Order: sequence, then structure tokens, then C-alpha cells
Amino acid sequence: MKFLALVDCDNFYASCERVFRPDLKKIPIVVLSNNDGCVIARSKEAKAMGIKMGVPWFKVKKAYLTQGGKVFSSNFALYGDLSKRVMNILDGMVKKIEVYSIDEAFLDLQHIQNLNQAYEFGVYCRNTIRQWVGIPVRIGIAPTKTLTKVASHIAKNKNNGTGVCCLNNQEHVAHILKTLPIKEIWGVGHNLSKKLNQLGTYSAYDLMQMDIRFIRKKFSVVLERTVRELRGEQCIQIEDHFEPKKQIVVSRSFRGRIKNLSELKPLISNFAVRAGEKLRYEKQKCSQVSTFISTSRFNKQLQYRGFNSFQFPCPVDDTRSILMGANKALNKAFRKGYPYAKAGILLSHFSHPTVIQQSLFEAADQKYLKQDTNLMQTIDALNNAQTQIYYASQRPAGLSPIQKEMVSPKYTTNWQELPTAK
Amino acid sequence: MTINYLGSISANDLPATFTKFFVEPVSVGFPSPANDYLESPIDLNQYLVKNGAATFLVRVSGDSMLDANIADQAILIVDRSLKPKHGSIVVASLDGDFVCKRLQLKPRLCLLPENSKYEPIYIQHGQDLDIMGTVTAAINKFE
Repeated sequence: MKFLALVDCDNFYASCERVFRPDLKKIPIVVLSNNDGCVIARSKEAKAMGIKMGVPWFKVKKAYLTQGGKVFSSNFALYGDLSKRVMNILDGMVKKIEVYSIDEAFLDLQHIQNLNQAYEFGVYCRNTIRQWVGIPVRIGIAPTKTLTKVASHIAKNKNNGTGVCCLNNQEHVAHILKTLPIKEIWGVGHNLSKKLNQLGTYSAYDLMQMDIRFIRKKFSVVLERTVRELRGEQCIQIEDHFEPKKQIVVSRSFRGRIKNLSELKPLISNFAVRAGEKLRYEKQKCSQVSTFISTSRFNKQLQYRGFNSFQFPCPVDDTRSILMGANKALNKAFRKGYPYAKAGILLSHFSHPTVIQQSLFEAADQKYLKQDTNLMQTIDALNNAQTQIYYASQRPAGLSPIQKEMVSPKYTTNWQELPTAK
Repeated sequence: MTINYLGSISANDLPATFTKFFVEPVSVGFPSPANDYLESPIDLNQYLVKNGAATFLVRVSGDSMLDANIADQAILIVDRSLKPKHGSIVVASLDGDFVCKRLQLKPRLCLLPENSKYEPIYIQHGQDLDIMGTVTAAINKFE
């Protein structure tokens, strides 16, 4: 019997905020998105207060604070460091690990022979991370990735405290899948679960029982794999090699509302500059840049979402080209008369810089396509060293400003912000 | 002493190897006798940190541990993976605050300061004590 495990940090950002704040042990904690817009993480206590994931902060602020809740702006320097520690520890325990997100990893438990050992490993793993880093995790162990997700879901809802759930026995699996709504299954989205519901498929068990050929014909190979995995057949492997990013998004919600194109431009330029830095950090080039702008979803009277893309004749990683494309796309996406609440840019259609396809019309394109690797490297190096080089279309004064009024110290990455002990 | 005039030489007369143009700087003189013995410089991390994933830095505030050579503003290396023993110096959270003290397990659970100005902290029933980790080193900076 082969076992896989999914290690999932409980309420990760909220748990991170607690590591150096023992005084917040049982206090409700929420963490807000960039610009303090929405709730993106909640401690167990905050969930119990009825704070929903993704809810706009202003809507719950008053009630939450008067009930004694604690709020933090997001502190990704801290979360990233603690995540790295968790992943390093896991990496030392198994031969193969796939870091799936900042707070989740799949492990290949090749060395484990039977269910008892698997369970013991789970408990050991959980205790070690709790003790070494101070982050609580739960662990789902099962023969396939899709089933480890189910197991982790159970470990989360079971309040008996071990935080480890092994799914192996067929009957046990069937019993659990009967109680699991289809939308809770890994890879089954909202739309897909709606379609399946129309066919009379409601529980994960119903889905598992469906005819494989029918699924492949009517839906997709992807859903077929999900069904096979629910049956215990390993179809999705642990990917332990580095998977390059497929797109880069930089976006923000604004504090106030923006109506003019001239005010949006410098913001889009800021996003484009940041996206360019990320692109070069990933050692990628992109062939498309898209700009999107939207009004607040709470403003029911005036709703508009604009999206437009600009294609480059050959892949670029030069910020000046990205700026040009992003602003051309903005001009097309913009409509007068709307109060915009959010904007962003998206880089996509990546190719590795060493495999560049030459454009047939390159000579003609040169006049407006800028590509200078040395210049970009120099600017990145300077900006990394705290000297700021700006592009003319940016508005430096408006830059600092991701609003983060309630951010905790960078306890683990900054000498000036270490925790103190008396 | 006699001098025999052998005639003048021009660049054309020199053997080819003399006129070779070197694109890279050419080192002259003896190669460093240390070349074969090159080692990486001493790394303080290696000396101070055994388990990086479980090691955190904590700044001391106050002089309660002065006699254990831990001064005010010293940086503590705290290893959360080491099991604290009787007599270990630890960072613990006591009723929500971090403290650095020597851990006494017997005869009674107690956090001992290392400065006669301070009293031992006996843990009362109902008090909330968590040991965060064991202090493996302290760095006192003088300048």
C-alpha cells in the first residue's frame, strides 16, 4: 500500500500572528488583505464569531472589535519565513515533497508500510512542526492526492485534537464520501458541481459511483482522474520539480474611488513596474500584458468591469515595454463616468528568456519595443538596494502606499523588529 | 668586462610568443602558496545555529540575567527543537509575556533570574507558562 500525505497549516496567517504573541493565545484574530480591504484569514475563535472568509473589513469591523477581536494587516515577510521553516522540516522527513502553496505540501510516504506507521508519522510530523515553529498543522493521509484532501478536511472538522486523519479502508472512505458535498472535492469547482447536481450527483460518493466513460465523454479527462482518485487509484503524481509560474498578477483595491484616466495611469504604471520586477525574478518573458479595472461590487447602481490586453510581437521582460502595453490596454479598457475601486495588471503567455522565438517583423517592431537586459538588471539591483529608480509615468508619491496600518513586526527577518524577552 | 654588440632587434624579430596579445590579465610572479589550501571563511551561523528551521532570535530587555553573562539588549539564539532541561536557560511565555530565565524543574517549578536584584518566579497554579525554546547562546555587543 502506498501512502501520500497532505500537510495543511491551520488558519496559517492567523497562526503566524500568534507565534510571537503568546498574549493572543485564545483571542480571535483576523488578517486583512493588502490595503486592509478584506478578511483573508481567521483564527478558530474569529470563525466562531461568524466572521466569513473574504468579507470586507469595514462591514464587520465595529462588531468584531467591540467583541474583543484582534486585527492585523498582512505581514508576508513573516508568513513567508515561517512557511519556509515548515517546508524545510517536512523536506527533511521524506524523500519527495511538493510544496503546493504557502501553507500546504504533499508528501510521498514511500517509507511507510502500513496504516499504523502512517498514523504515527502523522502525529510525529504534527508535533514536530508545532514544537519547532509554533504553527499548528493538520495531516490527511490516503492513497491518492484527492483523498488526502478529503482526509485533511476531516482532520480539520474533527475536534478530538489529533489533527491527523488516515483514509485507507474502502468502507470507511465510502462512508465519508457519502456525507461530503461534491463541491468540497479537490478540483471540482462551483460551476462543475452545479452541472453535476443537475444530473442528480450530490455527494462525493455519487460522483465516485459514476461511469468513467460517461464522465470522460460528457465532462473531461480531468474529472475522470478525480473519480479514479476517489476510488483509490493514484493518477496525480507528486510534482517535486519546480513548476514555473504561468502568469503574474499585481492588483490593488483603492481606499477612495478613482474616476479619471489621468489618476489611474500612474497606478497602472506602478503595477506594471512591480510586475516587471517579478517577471525578471522568475526569469521569464511574457508576450501579453492585460489591464483590468473595476467598480466596487457593493455599488449596485454603477457597475463596470474593463479588461483589455496588448500582445507583444516577441516576448519581453523590459519594464518599458510592459509599461507601454499596460497603458495601451488601459486606454481601451477605460470608460468615463465610473468610480473605480480596483485595478490591476496581468502578465501572461510566458516563455523562458533563453528560448526566444524571433519575430518575422522584428526590425519593424524595434522602434517601439524596448528590450535591454543589462539596463533592467542594473535598475533591479539598485532598487533592491533601497535606491529607488522610478519610471516617468509612475507617481512616486503615490507609491509607498499599500495601506497597512495594523501590521505586526517582521519578527524573523529584521534586526530592528526581533521579539523581546524580559 | 667585454661587451659584444650583437645588433639591434625589432618587434618583428621576436619569437611569436612574445607578441601574443593577452585579453585577460596575466598573473605574474609566484602563484599563492595558499591556493591549494583555500577554505571557506568562518561562518558564525554554523557555530551558533544547529537547527535553522527551529532557531529564532530574541532580544533581551533588562538585566535580570546579568550573572549568566546575558546583558541588556543581548541577542539570544533560541532553539525550539531542544527539550528544555532542569537548569537550561529558556525563553518562556508567562501570562502572555516573553521572559528569559533559568528553568528549575525540581523541587518546584520555577523561573530563576541570574541577578540578586530579582526574585525567583514560582509558577502558581492557574498561571499560564509555555516554554518557547532553549537558549543556546547569547550575543553581547560591546560597540
